[in-house]
Amino acid sequence: MSEREIMEYDVIVVGAGPSGLSCAIRLKQKKPELTVAVIEKGAEVGAHILSGAVIEPEPLDELLPGWKDTPPPVCIPVERDEIWLLRPGGKRLRLPTPPQQKNHGNYIVSLGAMCAWLAEKAEALEVDIFPGYAAADIRYTADGAVGGIIVGDMGVDRDGQPKDTYMQGIEIHAPLTLISEGVRGHLAKRLIARYDLAADCDPQTYGIGMKELWRVQPGKAQPGLVQHTAGWPLDSHIYGGSFIYHLDKDRIAIGFVCGLDYQDPEFKPFEAFQQMKHHPMVREMLEGGEILSSGARAISEGGYQSLPKCEMPGALLIGDSAGTLNVPKIKGVHQAMKCGMLAADHLAETGAVEGFDAKLRDSEIVRELHRVRNIRPAFYKGFWRGFIRAAIETVTLGKLPVTTAVHADDTALKKVDEYSAPERHWVERDLPPRDRLASVYFATTEHDEDQPVHLQIIDPEVCTTRCVTEYNNPCTRFCPAQVYEMTGEGDQMALQINAANCVHCKTCDIKDPYQVINWVTPEGGCGPIYQNM
Amino acid sequence: MKILVGIKRVVDYNVRVRVLPDGSGVDIDGVKMSVNPFDEIALEEALRIREAGNADEVIVVSAGGDEVQQQLRTGLAMGADRAIQVKTGEPLQPLSVARAFLKVVEREGVELVLLGKQAIDDDNSQTAQMMAALWDRPQATFASEVKLDGGKASVTREVDVGLETVEVDLPAVVSVDLRLNEPRFVKLPDIMKAKRKPLETVSLEDLGVAVEGNLEIGSYEPPQPREKGIMVEDAAQLMGELKNRGLL
Amino acid sequence: MNTILIIAEHDGRELNAATAKTLSCAGEIGGTIDIAVMGHGVAEVAAQAAALDGVSRVVTVDAEHLAKPLAANWATETVALAGDYSHVIGPSTTFGRDLMPRIAALLGANQVSDIMAVSGPRTFKRPVYAGNAIVEVTVAEGSKVVATARTASWKATGGGGAAAIESRPAVAGPAEHTRYVGLEIEGGERPDLQSAARVVAGGRALASEEQFALIYDFADKIGAGVGGTRAAVDAGYCPNDMQVGQTGKIIAPDLYFAFGISGAIQHVTGIKDAGTIVAVNKDPEAPIFEVADIGLVGDLFTVIPELESLLG
Repeated sequence: MSEREIMEYDVIVVGAGPSGLSCAIRLKQKKPELTVAVIEKGAEVGAHILSGAVIEPEPLDELLPGWKDTPPPVCIPVERDEIWLLRPGGKRLRLPTPPQQKNHGNYIVSLGAMCAWLAEKAEALEVDIFPGYAAADIRYTADGAVGGIIVGDMGVDRDGQPKDTYMQGIEIHAPLTLISEGVRGHLAKRLIARYDLAADCDPQTYGIGMKELWRVQPGKAQPGLVQHTAGWPLDSHIYGGSFIYHLDKDRIAIGFVCGLDYQDPEFKPFEAFQQMKHHPMVREMLEGGEILSSGARAISEGGYQSLPKCEMPGALLIGDSAGTLNVPKIKGVHQAMKCGMLAADHLAETGAVEGFDAKLRDSEIVRELHRVRNIRPAFYKGFWRGFIRAAIETVTLGKLPVTTAVHADDTALKKVDEYSAPERHWVERDLPPRDRLASVYFATTEHDEDQPVHLQIIDPEVCTTRCVTEYNNPCTRFCPAQVYEMTGEGDQMALQINAANCVHCKTCDIKDPYQVINWVTPEGGCGPIYQNM
Repeated sequence: MKILVGIKRVVDYNVRVRVLPDGSGVDIDGVKMSVNPFDEIALEEALRIREAGNADEVIVVSAGGDEVQQQLRTGLAMGADRAIQVKTGEPLQPLSVARAFLKVVEREGVELVLLGKQAIDDDNSQTAQMMAALWDRPQATFASEVKLDGGKASVTREVDVGLETVEVDLPAVVSVDLRLNEPRFVKLPDIMKAKRKPLETVSLEDLGVAVEGNLEIGSYEPPQPREKGIMVEDAAQLMGELKNRGLL
Repeated sequence: MNTILIIAEHDGRELNAATAKTLSCAGEIGGTIDIAVMGHGVAEVAAQAAALDGVSRVVTVDAEHLAKPLAANWATETVALAGDYSHVIGPSTTFGRDLMPRIAALLGANQVSDIMAVSGPRTFKRPVYAGNAIVEVTVAEGSKVVATARTASWKATGGGGAAAIESRPAVAGPAEHTRYVGLEIEGGERPDLQSAARVVAGGRALASEEQFALIYDFADKIGAGVGGTRAAVDAGYCPNDMQVGQTGKIIAPDLYFAFGISGAIQHVTGIKDAGTIVAVNKDPEAPIFEVADIGLVGDLFTVIPELESLLG
């Protein structure tokens, strides 16, 4: 193996999401002489990101004044909010809209399209953006600090051997690295472990978000309508609910979030999403429509209690790689952008990482998280107790002098013989997609099949010896893309990994009860190509 | 020798294309656009020919608005020496593209033209053959192997029954098929280098080519869904059906 | 009145079936239809063309340098013949796709490639975006219609015709710059998956490489090509170049057997243009039954041997 070629930048940003791009833009605005690069594993900016999304525009106003004159391609002002409690048997109850969910002044956007739009702004400021390249490893300097990243090799076959198209990944050296990989970043995971950044915080906890973009029959979509539901099809011990955001051009963005701290080992998050669509209120909107796109991504739910230390020698964690999403608002984009901008301001001012973490903890970003810190954990005791506690926390503006601890997800599953699921009153389904494979088709996910499998199983014996009896292989159910399948019976039983289906959501890395699944990045340019998601 | 490679900006081959509800076209709003995969193969072949010492310059050309510069830059990043944008506001039909590219060929003194066999949007598969016709030079289509020898090229072509080999005198036009080669990945530093390589814009008027086309594009529709089939009870019934339908 | 000239495809001895399909397409357009048979020693082929149903006249151009269908030579001759015709059409085979655009350019026209359906004398439907959309195209008045007919969309016409055969002299000598060297016919007893008229495919239900032999054996008995799903390939039951589907080969055989294949959309994408899809699967809910023309809920391990014994 020859020496890797090296490119040098003042700053390298890993991940072209809202925090990374905001940081890059702000850096160039403050210090145009800095050389800044953003590396992104998706084939184009926006390919791997999806969200509802209803965003608060203040960070956009600050970063790009006048942005409303040339807004991102999908950008619909919110007209009104509705909160619904869905019940079995097609019933529903309209709930009052809590303050966190009053979206007047906010916008429904496609986060992917917005990132592509931000990327154009960044390029206009001479940020070099490189989609289609994966940051596979951290490059460390001689004194053990982060000194940039190593791009993954391309053209490697399934057995790790170079193919004819083999291209060695270059090293990007930079004294400052921003880790903005989003939720459960694979490099962030390593860095948090290496620098013990989670020593003083609670474990991070997550949800899985699944989304479909639909084109519905004319008249069914009411542009600007923001709907959220709770209740059915979940039972009171699974946190979650749906979002239904009405766009223009007869499109509706519909999605479902489940907390990954659910206990039922047999639970199927994808199935719950599909059930929700069959509630008469939702079905009515979708009937006769077609799916344009679908996908899934984990969401960080730990908030304040789970925020790790965000600075380390040579690098910063920003956005949801740290976990800045505000769960009661179900909004993370404004937080991610503000975090990226704060990092940029800090770096522009001091030229070093030290002091960022303190500034972050002292900022409105963390104050916002602090105000709502007890709401998500309140639901650990079930829906109704959570609802009441959430109301109390909201009314008291989070000023009560207690902080509920946040628990991990991978230890939440009960064993199969210790848990019996309540009756959830699920129905027969007939709306598309018929199953996860059909859903994956709409994610337009593609991986060259002749490459190393990027889902590393640290101890494969566990699957067929312990997990099968204790939890009945839940990976075959929690993965929204049917990557994992158990084939054969008895001693022929084996774990089959359909790596090509992976949509890079990271749920498996999070929820696996033995923590033997390690998600690493596949070859750059692979994975989903989300459009307008 | 100079090689000209024509590239087209098309919807990425992974994208699930769907027809707009009003039938006016295909929904390409926000979709990923890429270099036509067959054109990448053509460019890869051109680069290999140059690397083998049989050509001095590889020029990529594309017809379209300024958005095609993205694909031309990709071509430069892959290794082309120069790029030319034939600037036009509306989509061109194959004959106009052939005429425009031929003007570039004449201007540059190109001896070998490599094109993808078809663009994956229109699936016309005409431009290469048309260029050869207007130029009154050889065409070798659906190439799966190209061997240069002095002023000649021996081209193996994928035909329905197998592989046909023809020999053509340069200058000539070759259209390439899938199995010719596997295009290289682009190295990050080459993306930066590509920004400094020359990209020239010429208009159709500059080239003396009129925009015209004898085809009027009407409405689009999705493909017919398959008709519902039948179920049979057993192998005997199945075989009966197949024989009745003349299939076995 | 339309006057249509079809360019015949042949190998010197036999007319290619694609020509009769092109004739069907021409018949749908309407008008008088002539077939041009070019080559060297074409009497036999011309007679076959004259016997097709719906042909007014067969025009032959016989010269040594036309023995092989080099586009540079055949295009020149076609243009000389084409003068009075309103339409010049070839089959959308590699022969037609190579030749017809050269003719179109020399006639100053864009070609209509892969006609699937005829809406009017100058209006046609053709597939774009790999068949994911169909577009209607009209050729403007004042321009010749030069086109290729998509062979999978047209049935061959019958026989019983008795057209007159006229010969014409070649108008030019060989184009010196292009020389035919040779043809290697894809060998092997089994037809190539991509172009086979019949294909037998197996999925993961075959359960092992040894058991996948059932697929090969049945295919050989009916002269079919062999394919497999991604699952079967991943599990090692058959080689990678046999993969049928979105990430493998997209095929359109006249007859496709899907044994033990669930029919996930990723696979169905590869066979959506097949003529007749036959599915055998133990699971009555398998999605393959939504696209199959003939479906049988059953165990392939019993059904395949039964089918073999029924092959007369």
